[in-house]
Amino acid sequence: MTRKKRRLYILLLCGLGLGSATALTLTAFQDNLVFFRSPSDIMREAPPANRAFRLGGLVEAGSLERGTGADGKPTANFRVTDGAHVIRVSYAGVLPDLFREGQGVVTLGMMQPDGIFRAREVLARHDETYMPPEVADALKRAGHWNPAQGAAPPPAEWNTAPRRGG
Amino acid sequence: MIGELGHFALALGCILALAQAVLPLLGAHRHDARLMALASPLAGAQLIAIASAFGALLWAFAVNDTTISNVVLNSHSAKPLIYKFSGAWGNHEGSMVLWVLILALCGGAVAAFGRDLPSALQARVIGILGLIAAGFLGFIIFTSNPFERVWPPPMDGQGLNPLLQDLGLALHPPMLYLGYVGYAVTFAFAVAALLEGRVDAAWGRWVRPWSLAAWSFLTLGIALGSWWAYYELGWGGYWFWDPVENASLLPWLIGAALLHSSIVVEKRESLKIWTVLLAILAFAMSLLGTFLVRSGVLNSVHAFANDPARGVFILGLLMAYVAGALALFAWRAPRLGGTGVFAPISREGGLVLNNLLLCSITAVVLVGTLWPMFADILFGAKISVGAPFFNAATAPLAIPLVAAMAVGPLLAWKRADLAGALQRLWWVGALAVAAAFLTLLIAGYHVWPALGFAAAAWLIAGAAADILDRIAAFRRPSQAWNRARGLPRAAWGGAVAHAGMGVMFAGLAGMGLATDALVELKPGQSTRLAGYEWRLESIRDVQGPNWSSRRATITVLDGGQVVTVLTPEKRFFPVGRMNTTEAAIHTNALRDLYAVLGDERDGGGVVRLHHNPLAPWIWFGAGIMALGGGLSLSDRRIRVSAPSRKAAPAPA
Repeated sequence: MTRKKRRLYILLLCGLGLGSATALTLTAFQDNLVFFRSPSDIMREAPPANRAFRLGGLVEAGSLERGTGADGKPTANFRVTDGAHVIRVSYAGVLPDLFREGQGVVTLGMMQPDGIFRAREVLARHDETYMPPEVADALKRAGHWNPAQGAAPPPAEWNTAPRRGG
Repeated sequence: MIGELGHFALALGCILALAQAVLPLLGAHRHDARLMALASPLAGAQLIAIASAFGALLWAFAVNDTTISNVVLNSHSAKPLIYKFSGAWGNHEGSMVLWVLILALCGGAVAAFGRDLPSALQARVIGILGLIAAGFLGFIIFTSNPFERVWPPPMDGQGLNPLLQDLGLALHPPMLYLGYVGYAVTFAFAVAALLEGRVDAAWGRWVRPWSLAAWSFLTLGIALGSWWAYYELGWGGYWFWDPVENASLLPWLIGAALLHSSIVVEKRESLKIWTVLLAILAFAMSLLGTFLVRSGVLNSVHAFANDPARGVFILGLLMAYVAGALALFAWRAPRLGGTGVFAPISREGGLVLNNLLLCSITAVVLVGTLWPMFADILFGAKISVGAPFFNAATAPLAIPLVAAMAVGPLLAWKRADLAGALQRLWWVGALAVAAAFLTLLIAGYHVWPALGFAAAAWLIAGAAADILDRIAAFRRPSQAWNRARGLPRAAWGGAVAHAGMGVMFAGLAGMGLATDALVELKPGQSTRLAGYEWRLESIRDVQGPNWSSRRATITVLDGGQVVTVLTPEKRFFPVGRMNTTEAAIHTNALRDLYAVLGDERDGGGVVRLHHNPLAPWIWFGAGIMALGGGLSLSDRRIRVSAPSRKAAPAPA
């Protein structure tokens, strides 16, 4: 095989690799990008059904209850707030060690027709002083916290929003 | 006093590294033998300085010197000594010192064992290593001084995050850094080759053991981290496609490609330019991993103290090293043209395919990892990319890679007979199909586990077929034993590593069939999962050395016979006020029984129970892969021509 022909083969192969990687990435992106929504985002625009997204905010103080799901599994029910709005969350699973009322939380799941967010995952952090950046951003957008003015205010003061059904 | 000595040793190391960077490179450029001869002593001196600094840091942790802020933040007197030591590198500053120590060890190894390298090449390699060391030492001294004092000293430290007080995690960072830093050496060789304008088989023989050692350690480091996540975090999973996990996977993938292409350089003097590029990319990925972990730009479970200044500094280093190397590559690479010519169907062709697929997977993982960051910067969109994306995007590339893994080693160099190779693999293919059907028959309609078991059978039997073919076990059985003994270790190593990958696939497929249950039990009540009866006996208080805990006792029965007693716990560490979940695991190598205690409610408790078939095989397989790397490393040919076998400092 001549050098020129070999170079052509190599270029073709590289193009094939690059092309397939791009195509795979794009198709996988289409179905699997997970968007972050704050309670206010959800109130403003109903999230598409049957598509998982991440809900984040602060766990409302005093909102954590133990319950039993429809399938008989033990659940943890709590409310997530960004100060302006509140979303009820139901999670069938063991809550991570760093889950606390009044602290930031990010959950992954889907919105149910009854307006309850069914979480599949409640994301844990290694560090309890850590505020997930999306949550910090959601709080800022809701106009309840300017991080330049120090730490987040105590969660009892957040719950100014009218509660929905709970 | 010891702290100041350590700080001084770091500064001294930085100056020595600068000298090590400038003088030998200048000497090699001017053909000045005296300047070039400075390379080895400088590398040795730098090693001594950094080792002293690391020793000082270990000392400060051992005696719990609370005037040093790093000790205050990460240690406590009431902690077992081993975790005092591991605490020294369980934090940002200390782990960077470990990083440069390993780099200095590599430099020392090139100096000590590289005497038969051409002196200009050796001087250049050591010089580049010095340049890298100087950058990172500067980073430590200017942004992350591990010896910073606090005054007045507090009574005691704040303790190490209890999640990190664990043997697996004590070893995880050193293994990972041995891998990352090993790629610094292949990088240095690549840049030195570009400066020399020459790549030959001898260069390949030197790069190969380093890339082998780096890859083997990286394999072990990643496996340890994944194993730790499995047993310590209590989520029941082993790989979460977390950005930081991906950051360690990227250099592993490129490193695997480098490992294979350096074989071609060594054997056939072909693919030279490509191998040099891969060596640069492998180190770029290592640096990128370091940057992603330290800067906190990505949202991850790994929360090192996030400081923008550090991120910018590392980004600067990344840009300087990688952009510099790539510019040099663009300028000098055309000189390195290969001489070996090969047909598309040949061992070389197979290795090109391997490289192509590995690089495509790397590209996909890289984009998936970095996209959330770019989406945030460019569009202000808060998105995340999770496991479904990575599974969907990498699987179509992994399937042909696995398919080729068994065929490639049977192809001859230069020009091969694909039909013949496939003919010799017919029984391997039959086994793989049988494995898939057997899975579907036993476990029901689960496509991915069936594919996984097929891949496992294909790879393990394929490795066996490779060895049987090489020793001609069927054609001349009488001489098979002698031929097996005469077979180079590299051949064994390759087969063992490929088989290890197969074992890992079996574990992954087994985990695909895992079942779990979340139940609320009162003492005395039981539930059934995967054919076992799980009975909660009690939930009691237990006191540990530096923690107190609630411990559940769960008896697992199989047909009335007690299989094991699991004791999952929720621990509370008063120092640092942290809770941790301790999963209880019972393994018999074929399956794990895994229990996690959740919250307690009216006398009973919520427990999550898992039955994980073949779970240990994942890490076992990774261990076999690393062992295969080690076997190749001990090959006589590598030892004789490139006496760098002790390059990899400590044994695993």
